[in-house]
Amino acid sequence: MSAPARSLETASQVDGFGSRLVWAVSDTLVLTRRNLVKYVRIPESLFFSSVQPVMFVLLFRYVFGGAIRTPGVSYVNYLIPGIFVQTMAFGAVNTAIGLAEDLQKGIIERFRALPMARSSVLAARTLADLLRNVGVAVLIAAVGFAVGFRIGTSVAAFLAGIGMILVFAYALSWGFAVIGLFAPNSETAQVMSFPVLFPLTFASSAFVPVASMPSWLQGFASHQPVSVAVDAARALMVGGPTTSAVWQSVAWSVGIVVVLAPVAVRRYRTST
Amino acid sequence: MTYAIEAHELAKRFKGGVVALDGVSFVVEEGTVFGLLGPNGAGKTTVVRILTTILGTDGGSATVLGHDVSREPDLVRSLFGLAGQYAAVDENLTGRENLVMVGRLNHLPRKVAERRAAELLDEFELAGAADRTLKTYSGGMRRRIDLAAALVTRPSVLFLDEPTTGLDPQSRAGLWAVIEGLVDSGTTVLLTTQYLEEADRLASRVAVVDNGRVISQGTPDELKAALGATVLAVGLHDAATAEQAERALAPLSEKSPHRSGTAVEIPVDGGPRIAMEALRVLDQLGIEPVSFVLREPSLDDVFLALTGRSAEGAAWEGVPGAPGSNEVEVAPQARPGRSAGVRR
Repeated sequence: MSAPARSLETASQVDGFGSRLVWAVSDTLVLTRRNLVKYVRIPESLFFSSVQPVMFVLLFRYVFGGAIRTPGVSYVNYLIPGIFVQTMAFGAVNTAIGLAEDLQKGIIERFRALPMARSSVLAARTLADLLRNVGVAVLIAAVGFAVGFRIGTSVAAFLAGIGMILVFAYALSWGFAVIGLFAPNSETAQVMSFPVLFPLTFASSAFVPVASMPSWLQGFASHQPVSVAVDAARALMVGGPTTSAVWQSVAWSVGIVVVLAPVAVRRYRTST
Repeated sequence: MTYAIEAHELAKRFKGGVVALDGVSFVVEEGTVFGLLGPNGAGKTTVVRILTTILGTDGGSATVLGHDVSREPDLVRSLFGLAGQYAAVDENLTGRENLVMVGRLNHLPRKVAERRAAELLDEFELAGAADRTLKTYSGGMRRRIDLAAALVTRPSVLFLDEPTTGLDPQSRAGLWAVIEGLVDSGTTVLLTTQYLEEADRLASRVAVVDNGRVISQGTPDELKAALGATVLAVGLHDAATAEQAERALAPLSEKSPHRSGTAVEIPVDGGPRIAMEALRVLDQLGIEPVSFVLREPSLDDVFLALTGRSAEGAAWEGVPGAPGSNEVEVAPQARPGRSAGVRR
C-alpha cells in the first residue's frame, strides 16, 4: 500500500542547495512579518517602548546634563550618539524576550514540525529586531534634533553612523538570542538580560566621559563594545578621527556574531 | 504491508536520567485511528514528539509512511499534520493569518495558501472570526484553528496530542465529530488522550502507556472486556464499614473489588441487576451507603485492572465518580509552561 498522493502541490524539499536557500529566505521573511505584526497588534507595547528612549533623552539633556562636563563638545551633541547606541542595545532585549516567549508558548514546537528551514526562526527574529531598530533610529533622530542636536560632520557620515549602530545592535541581538534560548520564560529572559545590559550601557562613554570614572573602571569602560560603538558613532556624527573607531566597532560586531550566533543556533537545535 | 506509522522499541532518556520511554512499539494501519492512552507523564507526548521529528531518540526507530523519522526528517515533516494540547498558534495574528502563515511555511504558493485558509475557516465554522486576532478566541475556537493549521496541506497522517484536554464537553463533542469526519475521508490519526471515553469513541486500536512502556494493546472493546462493562462505586461512612461492604460485595462480580479509604469500587457486568443485588446485600447487613453510583470505566479503572494501582496515585483515591457520571473524571491539569510537563 503506498501513501495517498497529497492533493496540494508543495515544492519538493530536496531540490538542491539553490532551492533550499530560496525557501530559507522565504521562510525567514514569512516569520519576520509575523514578528513585526506583533508591534502593530499591540500598539501599547510600541508606544511605551518608544516613550522610554524619549525620556532618556529628556532626562540626560535637561536633568543630568548640566552636571556633566564634556570638554570640547556641547553635552547634547555628546549625548545623542550615546542615546542611539544605548536605545538599540536595550532594544536587543526584545530578541531574548521574543524567543523565550515563542518557546514558552509552544509555537516553536509547531515550527520544528513543519518542513521549513531550521535557520529561519532565529534569522527572522534578529531581522525583525533590526527592522524595528530602524524605526527607533528615526525616532531618536527626530527627538535629538528637537532638543538641539546638530550634525558636526555631514549627512552621509551621520547616516553611516546610524548604519554602524544598526550593525552593532544586530550583533547584540544574537547575544540576547542566547539568553532568550536559555531562559525558562519571557519574564526571566528580561531579568536575565539586565545584568548584561546595565554595565555595558552605563559603564560606558554613552552618557559621561570615561575620564570622569575611577581609574579601575576606565580600562573596562573604554574598551567594552558599547563604548567603542559610541565613540565611533560620535566620531561619525559629531566629528573626530573615525577610521580606527569604526573599524574597532565593526570588529566587535563581527566578533560577537561569530562567537555567539553558533551558540544560539546550537542551543536552538538542541533545546526542546 | 506498509503501515502508516511504525514505532519500534523507542527509548528516550531526559537529563537527570529520567527515563521517558522504555521500549515503546506499535504499528498504525493506514486509514485508522490509533489511541495512546495514559496519564500525565506516561510518555505519550514524548512518543508524538519523536514521531514528528521534534525530538531525537536514544534508541529504537520509527517510520511515517515508510520514511525513517531520524534519517529523513525533512521529508517526514512534509507528510504529517500536528495539533495538540498547546494549541500552538500565534495569538497576535488573526485566524486567517495563522493558517496562511502555516501554508507559506509548508511552501505553498501564496494564492494557494490563502485559498486553503479560506476553505478551512469555512469548514471549521470560523469564517465569522477569521479576521479577529486569536486573543479574542475561546478555548474551543483555538483548538479548532490549531487543528485547521495541522490540515493546511491535507496530510494523510495526523498527530493529535491530547486534542480535547481542558475543553468543555460541548467543544469536545464538536472536535470529535471533526476528527471522525477526517477519518472517514481516509486520514490516519494517532491520538493521545487521558480519557478512556475518547479512545473508545475514536480509536480502532488503543495502546495503554504507563511509565514509558506499553502495558496493554488492543481494541477498545478488548480493553473494556478486561474491565467489566461498568463500575459500581459505593461510598461508606467509615473505613470499617467499607471493609465489611467490600467483603459482602465481592461475590457479585468475577473481578475483585478495590477499596481505598471509605470507598469501594467493583467492575461489574450486569449493571442495574447487580446494583439491585448490591443494595439488597448491604441492606441485609444494615449498611447504608453515603453514595451509590454505576458509571462507565475510566482511565483509572483501566490502570487498576492492568497495574493494580491508580493512574495518578493517591491523589485519586477515595474519589468515586460523581452521581450519574460517565463524564470526565480526570481534572485537566493546568499547562505547566515550559517546565518538566512539556518535556515528557
